[in-house]
Amino acid sequence: MQRTHNNRAWWLVLPVVIVVAFSAIIPMMTVVNYSVQDIFDPSTRFFVGTEWYREILRDERLHDSLIRQFVYSFAVLAIEIPLGIAVALSMPRKGFMVSLCMILLALPLLIPWNVVGTIWQIIGREDIGLYGWALGQLGIDYNYASNPADAWVTVLVMDVWHWTSLVALLCYSGLRAIPDVYYQAARIDRASPWAVFRYIQLPKLKSVLLIGIMLRFMDSFMIYTEPFVLTGGGPGTTTTFLSQTLTQMAIGQFDLGRAAAFSLIYFLIILLVSWLFYTAMTHQDSDDA
Amino acid sequence: MEWMAWTLPTSLFFAGIGTLLLGMTAWQFVTPTLSRQGFLPIATTRGDRLFIGLLSSGWLHLLWLGFTDQVLWMISIVCVVWMLVLMKWG
Repeated sequence: MQRTHNNRAWWLVLPVVIVVAFSAIIPMMTVVNYSVQDIFDPSTRFFVGTEWYREILRDERLHDSLIRQFVYSFAVLAIEIPLGIAVALSMPRKGFMVSLCMILLALPLLIPWNVVGTIWQIIGREDIGLYGWALGQLGIDYNYASNPADAWVTVLVMDVWHWTSLVALLCYSGLRAIPDVYYQAARIDRASPWAVFRYIQLPKLKSVLLIGIMLRFMDSFMIYTEPFVLTGGGPGTTTTFLSQTLTQMAIGQFDLGRAAAFSLIYFLIILLVSWLFYTAMTHQDSDDA
Repeated sequence: MEWMAWTLPTSLFFAGIGTLLLGMTAWQFVTPTLSRQGFLPIATTRGDRLFIGLLSSGWLHLLWLGFTDQVLWMISIVCVVWMLVLMKWG
């Protein structure tokens, strides 16, 4: 690209910049200020330099929490993305069933996070919950409150139940946008259903999938409410993810300096991943163009 | 501003970032940037390179703090050099 753009339209962004300054940048600067001090309130504070960062970066509890967080986010992606594609592929293409499927798929997305946690807390119980009871009847010893593996399965199933619809709806819209001529060409070539998926549908779904993966990664990486309501982070700390660890530190222990340093590290991780996705998406656009 | 709990080092840090952004804006008005390919695997504008430089410097500082007990200004110097290289040839 060898030409420059007229940048005057950037002035239109000014109102947003002002709002973001007050809602994000100024609080963020405050967090940076907090992270280099031992602070209880603005009048009781001591400068400690990078002490908190050194401590946080070597804290075993946080390493464990970070590893759990990554495992969780990747597990969520590994299940929800293929499942979402499969659901989108099996959805009808026309007729009243389309609306019905869309409504059914959209329902879980409308439920607030803490309600999802409560639903699964009840549904997973062995005595009154359908899921827990059914597993018990099958002879499976299942208890999400005392067994870490069961707690993990429940937290994952809950997220899959809540968010696979989003991936499915995104993929469905991507599939509908593929012009029919591609399928006609595939029929002329007698392409197998797998070949149609591999060489037509999947490449055309690439951009919506990138958005889907990014949204699901960000959201699962920040997850707080659902595991907090369902397991409270337990048993022990086996389902305590990053944001819960951070909240415990900031509000439970009132350790503001350490929590601020931790938030900034958390922020840098999110920033890096978002930038990677953003770059992948914009470069794909320029490759396609 | 008392509630923001300012300290001298963080004020200097933000003043530095602010100056950098203002300087880049002024530079953009004088000579608009062109997207070009350097040693980075993607084509970048000046602003992209500044962002990549700042983000990678943040990470380098964290790695330094996490893995060594050396003083911080050593990595800061490395980062300044890295950012200059990136802006010029990135």
